[in-house]
Amino acid sequence: MPEINVPSSIKDLEQVQSVRTPIKMEYTFTPGVAAQTYLREFANKRILGTISPVDGAVLVPPRGSDPRYGALCEEFVEMPHTGHIGSFCVTNVPIPGRDLELPYISAWIFLDGADVGFLNLVAECPPEECRIGMRVEAVWKPDDEIGMTAENILYWRPTGEPDLPFEEAGVRGWHVRRGEGSDA
Amino acid sequence: MRKVAIVSAASRQEEKMLDNEVEMMVPLISEVREETGLDQTEIGFTCSGSSDFLAGQAFSFVMTLDAVGPVPPISESHVEMDGAWALYETWVKFQMGVIDTALVYSYGKPSPGSLQDVLSTQLDPYYVAPLWPDAHSITALQARHLLEKGEISTEELADCAVRAGTVENKEQYFDQPTLADPLRQADCPTYADGGVAMILAAEGKAEELCEKPAWITGIDHRIDSHHFGVRDLSTIPSAKKAAEKAGLYKAEIDLAEIHTAYTVHDVLLRKELNLPLNPAKSSKNHPIKAETLMASGLLRIAEAARAIWNEEANRTLAHATSGPLMQQNLMCVLSGEKE
Amino acid sequence: MAAGGELAAVVGVGMTKFSATRGDVSMPGLVREAAERALKDAEMEWEDIDAVVMGKAPDFFEGVMMPEIFLGEALGAVGKPMLRVHTAGSVGGSTALVAASLVHSGVHERVLTVAWEKQSESNAMWALSLKQPFQVSINAGAGGYFSPIIRQYMEETQAPELIGCMVAFKDRQHALLNPYAHLHQPDLTFDQVVESPMLWEPIRYSETCPSSDGAAAMVIVNETEAEKSMNPAWIHAGAMRSEANNFPGRDEVNPQASRECAADLWNQAGITNPREEIDVAEIYVPFSWYEPMWLESLGFCERGDGWKLVESGATHLNGGDLPINCSGGVLSSNPIGASGMIRFAEAALQVRGMAGEHQVDGARKAMGHAYGGGAQYFAMWVVGKDKPTS
Repeated sequence: MPEINVPSSIKDLEQVQSVRTPIKMEYTFTPGVAAQTYLREFANKRILGTISPVDGAVLVPPRGSDPRYGALCEEFVEMPHTGHIGSFCVTNVPIPGRDLELPYISAWIFLDGADVGFLNLVAECPPEECRIGMRVEAVWKPDDEIGMTAENILYWRPTGEPDLPFEEAGVRGWHVRRGEGSDA
Repeated sequence: MRKVAIVSAASRQEEKMLDNEVEMMVPLISEVREETGLDQTEIGFTCSGSSDFLAGQAFSFVMTLDAVGPVPPISESHVEMDGAWALYETWVKFQMGVIDTALVYSYGKPSPGSLQDVLSTQLDPYYVAPLWPDAHSITALQARHLLEKGEISTEELADCAVRAGTVENKEQYFDQPTLADPLRQADCPTYADGGVAMILAAEGKAEELCEKPAWITGIDHRIDSHHFGVRDLSTIPSAKKAAEKAGLYKAEIDLAEIHTAYTVHDVLLRKELNLPLNPAKSSKNHPIKAETLMASGLLRIAEAARAIWNEEANRTLAHATSGPLMQQNLMCVLSGEKE
Repeated sequence: MAAGGELAAVVGVGMTKFSATRGDVSMPGLVREAAERALKDAEMEWEDIDAVVMGKAPDFFEGVMMPEIFLGEALGAVGKPMLRVHTAGSVGGSTALVAASLVHSGVHERVLTVAWEKQSESNAMWALSLKQPFQVSINAGAGGYFSPIIRQYMEETQAPELIGCMVAFKDRQHALLNPYAHLHQPDLTFDQVVESPMLWEPIRYSETCPSSDGAAAMVIVNETEAEKSMNPAWIHAGAMRSEANNFPGRDEVNPQASRECAADLWNQAGITNPREEIDVAEIYVPFSWYEPMWLESLGFCERGDGWKLVESGATHLNGGDLPINCSGGVLSSNPIGASGMIRFAEAALQVRGMAGEHQVDGARKAMGHAYGGGAQYFAMWVVGKDKPTS
C-alpha cells in the first residue's frame, strides 16, 4: 500500500474502506420489428421463424437478420411445436430472479424444419435420461396465462419418439440436410 | 504515414426508433458495401463503437455483430467508445500495412433508457456519481463558471442557439425559462437514436472505390483530467493538443463539424481552436438537434467527408468528444487532396 | 513482416494479486498496482509513456460506465491518447493487440496497456445472466452456455469422462507456483476434484473458473526502445477473428473463427508445427474441457486427439513437452476483463525467463490466447526471446 500523509487532526480516525452506492436505471426496450411479429403470434400460441433471403435457412426465433450475411429477413413461416435436442446441460445453479427446482435441464431446442436452435427448459424427464437427439414437444402455459411475452412455453418434454442420431442432431443437422460432409 | 481515405458513409437518426440495433444497422452497412462494391469477405478489418450501459445490456455489441454478417469469420474489434475512436483504431491498423479496406460503424439508442441517469454513471463512482448530477446540470456548472469569468456571454449562447436552429431568433431564446440555470432548453441537446457506417480505404484502393476520396490528412486524440476540481473548465487542453497534432492549423479549413451537444461547448470549443464563431458554412445538422451517444462523433466525421464528396468543401475538420464536459477529444482533418 | 509494420516488444509486465475481493484497493488503486509494476519492470516513469490502452469487459461488472474516463488520471493518461477496448472475454488479448498496433504502426514508441476487472464491486453472476429483453431467461452464467458445447465434444470424441478433471487438477497445481493466482489449494487431491458437485453437468464446481478481481499491465515499445532493455519479449505475430454465435451449421465445438485465427497467427510467425515450435502456451480455459478442445482447434494436434494430449501429461509443467497454463490459467484466476491479457503477459514472462517457479526451462517461443462471447471472439499472439526473422 502506498504511503499516505494524513493530517494529524484526522490521523486516528477509522478509514473508510468501502462505500455502497446503489444504482438503478430503467430501460423501456423495443424488441425490433421481427421480434414484435414473433411475440404477437406467440401470444396466439403460434411459433414463427424467419426465412433467410439468401439460401432459405429457417431461423427461430426471428431476430431480424441472417447473421451469416447481415441480410434482413422479412419472410416469416409458422413452425411446428415439436423438435429435438441439439445439446443440453443439467444445471445445479439457480438463475437469478427465477424460481426453478434444482437440478433442471436447459437445452438447445431445434424445431422440426428449423436450422438453428434456441435455449429453453426441458422437463418431465429425469436428467440422466436426457440425450442429444431426443425428440421433444412444447408444453404451454394454461391459456389464461398466455400473454405477449417470450415465456409462454413452460418447457419441452420428451415425446417418446425415436431419437435423431447424434450426427443429425443440432448444428450437425444443417450439413446433413444439405448433403454435405460437415467440418466436424 | 500511409494515406487513408473515407470513401463511403451511410447514417440514420430518429428520435425513437422501433427497429432494434441489428435492424437499424443492416441497411446502413449494406449501403456502404454496395456503394463501394465490396463484399464483407473483401473487407480487411471491421471495428465498431457502442456502449453496454446505453443499451442496458452487457455484451450488447455481440448481438449487433450479426448485422455485419461475420460468416466466414472476420478480423474485427470493438471499443466501448464513440465510433470516432473505432475509426482511430482502424486508421492505426492501416498504418501497419496489413489492410487496404475497412468497415467502421457505431450506433446508440438512448430512447430506451434515461440518458441523464446513464450519463451520471460515467462520473467518479466514489465522490460524484452517488450524487446523481445529470449532464445538463454539470454543463450548467461549467457555463456559470465561464460566464462569471467573462470568457463567454449569454449573447454568444443565444447566437449559437439561433445558428444551431434550436430557436428561430434571439428573442425566443431569452423568452425561454432556464432549465438548469444558466442553461435553457435551447442550449441543451435533443437525444436521438441512430447509427452510422463507413468504408475506409488506403491509397491505391480508395481511388478505385470513390470519385473523390476524403483523405485523412491528420488524426489525433487526447484526454484531460476527469475530476472537476482538478481541471480548468474554461479551457479544453485535450482539444487544442489534438487539433495541433492533427495538423488543423497547417491550412485553412472550409467547414468544421464539431461534436458539441451544448451551445456553451460549441462557443468554448470554437474559442479554444480559433474557429470562427459564426462560420459561413455551418453544419446543417448541428449535433445539438440530434445527439446520439456513441455515434455523434463518427457522424461528424461522416458529415465532414460528405462535404468533400459533394464538393461543398475541400478541407474539413471533424471532432468527437467523450466523457463529461468534453473531457476527451478527437480531431480528424479531411481533405479532397491527398496532401 | 511478422505481425505487420515495425517490430514491437514487451519490456515490462505487471500483475496484481488476484482474489475474490480486492477490498484493499479502489479501482484506481487496482489498475495502478499493475501499471506501476509494469513500469518498474520496464525501468520507465509515467512520463515516458506515449499512450494508454485500457481493456475490460462489461461495465456492469463494476457499475461504472466507461471507466477509462475517470481512471485516466490514475494511469498517467492526462494529455495523452487513451483508448478503451471491449471485445467480451477476449478483451484482455485484443487490448494487447491494439496496444501493439500503436507501436507496429509507428504512431507511438512506448505504450502502456492495462486490462482489469473488479467484479466484486457489482455482481458478476447477475451481469452475465442479465435477462435479455424479449427472451427467455434461462442462462445461469457462462457455464450454462459452454456446457452443452462440451457435451458435444465428449460425444464426438468419446473421450474418457475424467479428462476435464485432469485439466482442472493440473491447473490448480500450477497455480501453487504462481504467487499472484487466486486459487491456492495445496491440499487439493485429484479425487476431490472428481467428487466435487456438478454445476452444469458435465462441468463440476472444481472444473470452473473462480470470479476474481485483478489487473494485468504491459509496456510495449518499438525496436529502438526494446534494444535498451535487458530482455524484451518480441512480438512475432498477432491475430483476431470474430464470427456470429448462432447460425445454421455452426461448428461450435471447433469454431471456424478459432481455426482461422490460429492459421493466420502461425503463418505470420512462420510456424509450421506448433506442437514442436511452441515451448509453452497460455490459453484461455475457463472450464476444464476447453483445454483439449482448444489444443485441437489451435492446431497443436489433430481434431479428436486433444484429450489424448491431456491424458498423456504433455500439458503439464512437470515433464510435459507442451506445458499449458503454467500460471494456473483462467481456472485459477479469472478477473474477466484481465484474463486475456494475463495469458498474453504470462507468455511474455516465459520467453523473458521471468516466470519464477512456473518457468518452463529454456522457453524461447510462447503463445498467448484469449476467447470471448459465445466462443466467437478470438485474440492470439506469439512472442519470442529472439527477434522475428521474417
